[in-house]
Amino acid sequence: MTQYFDPTKYEGWVCADCNVPMQLGKVDISYLGNSFPVDLLKCPNCGLVLIPEEMALGKMAEVEKALEDK
Amino acid sequence: MTLAIVAGDFSGAHKVFRKSVPFPEIIARTCDQPCQAKCNRETLGGVIRVADLERASVEFSTEPPQKITILPKKKSRVAIIGGGLSGLTAAFDLARKGYQVDLFEEQNQLGGRLWDFSEEQLPREILERETKLIAQVGVKIHLNERVEPTHPIWDEADAIYLGIGKSASVYSFPQSVTPTTFQTSQPKVFAGGSLLHPYSSILSVSDGCRAAISIDRFLQKVSLTASRINEGAYETRLYTNLAGLASVETILPRQIRYTKEEVQAEAKRCIQCECMECVKSCEYLKHYGGYPKKYVREIYNNMSMLVRARTSNNFINSCALCGLCGEVCPTDLNMGQPIKETREKMVETSRMPASAHDFALRDMAFSNGEKFAMAKNAPIGGRGEAMLRPYNEFVYFPGCQLSGSSPDYTEKAYSFLRDTFYDVGLMLRCCGAPADWAGRKDLFAQSQAEFRAEHEKLGKPKVILTCSSCYQVFQQYYPDVEILSFWDVYDQHGQFPKREFFAPVAIHDPCSTRYESHIQDSVRSILTRMGGEIQELELSREKTECCSFGGAMWLANKPVAEKAVQRRINESPLDYVTYCAMCRNFFAKRGKRATHIFDYIFGGTEADLALVPAVGFSQNHENRARLKEKLLRELWSETMPEQAAFESIRLTLPDDVQKQVEDRLILVEDMQKVIEHAERTGKRMFNKSTQHYLAYFKPASVTYWVEYTSQADGSFLVHKAYSHRMEIGK
Ligand code: SF4
Ligand code: SF4
Ligand code: SF4
Ligand SMILES: [Zn+2]
Repeated sequence: MTQYFDPTKYEGWVCADCNVPMQLGKVDISYLGNSFPVDLLKCPNCGLVLIPEEMALGKMAEVEKALEDK
Repeated sequence: MTLAIVAGDFSGAHKVFRKSVPFPEIIARTCDQPCQAKCNRETLGGVIRVADLERASVEFSTEPPQKITILPKKKSRVAIIGGGLSGLTAAFDLARKGYQVDLFEEQNQLGGRLWDFSEEQLPREILERETKLIAQVGVKIHLNERVEPTHPIWDEADAIYLGIGKSASVYSFPQSVTPTTFQTSQPKVFAGGSLLHPYSSILSVSDGCRAAISIDRFLQKVSLTASRINEGAYETRLYTNLAGLASVETILPRQIRYTKEEVQAEAKRCIQCECMECVKSCEYLKHYGGYPKKYVREIYNNMSMLVRARTSNNFINSCALCGLCGEVCPTDLNMGQPIKETREKMVETSRMPASAHDFALRDMAFSNGEKFAMAKNAPIGGRGEAMLRPYNEFVYFPGCQLSGSSPDYTEKAYSFLRDTFYDVGLMLRCCGAPADWAGRKDLFAQSQAEFRAEHEKLGKPKVILTCSSCYQVFQQYYPDVEILSFWDVYDQHGQFPKREFFAPVAIHDPCSTRYESHIQDSVRSILTRMGGEIQELELSREKTECCSFGGAMWLANKPVAEKAVQRRINESPLDYVTYCAMCRNFFAKRGKRATHIFDYIFGGTEADLALVPAVGFSQNHENRARLKEKLLRELWSETMPEQAAFESIRLTLPDDVQKQVEDRLILVEDMQKVIEHAERTGKRMFNKSTQHYLAYFKPASVTYWVEYTSQADGSFLVHKAYSHRMEIGK
């Protein structure tokens, strides 16, 4: 899995706690014992992650379904 | 039947046969097989000798006599004039439906022209034995009694059936008989039998049976003509592909009668023209493009393989468990049963995907948690002074969906019950159906144990149920608990102010009432007494369809569920009246004009109640919680336990967001938890240009996201919410 959203749409977001902009980086996401590295926006300081709506409803939903039916 | 014969299972064949005809022993020996003219084998070796197969199936069967069930007694009286096969059939069917039936026969024996058959073809002993069946079902037999036009029965009976052949004309009216209903020009008089056609035992049975349906409807004051296509003999719409089939000659018996081997060989010639009745009536089966025999075989033989195959999980979870397939199937094959067992197996072997039933199971957990669940004996004092007995005779169990959709009606229903019976307690909780449908025996057992404990504490009162799914669960899992349907109670003790009906209405029977004809009758009676004119849907009562709530179909397979509801909606342009909160909600969501019968009983007159929008999921929870709070406060002077921190988070949802979260099955409480967590811990993102916050939280297995702004008044405006099940981190 690589990138499933357009990061330029999310440029304005900062981590409110650390007050630093969210930056692209590798994040692991997992389901039913399967883990995948994905490029996501995250806080370089505290690790807070931003999963965009289109990715949650798109690729992630698709993978969830595929893994459940496996 | 032919399949069973091929397998040498004559008892099985007998069972199939007698399911479709009364007096199977007589029919099997006298059937004149009018159906042969249509048999597809005609040009492929000759038509199947159906009557010989029937005869063999009863003669070689070792099946004990059938247990005959009789419905509760009804008040109406029916007179049957003529003891021939059509009269016997009508008498038998009506007596089984609970009517008081008197049968008059001029001769000193029952059977009419059946006595013309030779002893060899129809032994007298069998003829006498089978015609006696009607006495067993409670028919009063009057032999040697000719019913002259002056006979008092003409006035006394609420309906009369003339099954007396050509001589019926002496009674002068049956010159005009409507062919589909058998009603004569005199409305309470029906006629059939060889009056209408040359003698044929099977056609006489068909007449008697169809006239009985008309009389039943006539006495219940519902339409005689609605949905009566495909009754009696009709031209099948079945398409059977005969290409590539080899011709096989008819097997003739070498002696007078077939031996077992011969009849098996003859049955083997049957092409098994596929029926597909179930597929025609079920969107789910249609969607998966197969038919139950195939599925059931796969499920039983190959469960492990099936469970592993792609998309099969979805297949197993999409069935509504509604039982319609079993009802329309000539061989009683109900997919619901094996499907449910498969779900249970999947759960036991950890192959059940979490997503399919999760929402419904959490809803159940909510209902059985402290926000809603409670069990109390009737409050002391107030109207109808509760008897100062330690235990109540009754407890009202409104069910979670009614309480959530119509808390005000729930309250009124409870108050009606207390006015009627005085000591009626109240039990708020979920019956456990979602766990049952999800194959979660563990969760169901837990819910059952909780119910039992509470019920015992109340002194084991009789349980009054409004929801038909609850009714089904209680019938199946609490055989020792006495239950009553609210609708039966209301029909007996309620009030029936006339309501304004601008047009006839159609009744949608919830699929969980499929075999509860008493509930269906009560609802019709209530509605009629309030002034409603009912037009039956083609598929009603035991043939009713599921609104897609059943089996959690609506959660597992949205496209199929939507087709199923839409199909139901398309069946009539009339307003639908139903008696299940969920059915009503599913119709309303798709813009169908629909009411709950409570709208007529307790609803106001100012608004058009058929247009009230469906109650959303969050509102449904909120309503349940408030109902408990209100009743506790007003009736028992008690207060609710402390609120959790997240409950004080106030949200504002614009209409489009409201719709979005409803579609995505995200509840207000889920969003409250996200915001409470974000505000308390500071873990959230901020967007300077829009001034929006974005935060996520995972209360259990689903991660919820909310984009929001804080308002000056301390509330939160929600811009969007979404969720996923994948987890962040390894
Ligand atoms: S199922 Fe087909 S082959 Fe068999 S008797 Fe009926 S029409 Fe004939
Ligand atoms: S949805 Fe109903 S009719 Fe269709 S297969 Fe399931 S139980 Fe049978
Ligand atoms: S399962 Fe029953 S209804 Fe369905 S095709 Fe077979 S015989 Fe017909
Ligand atoms: Zn941070």
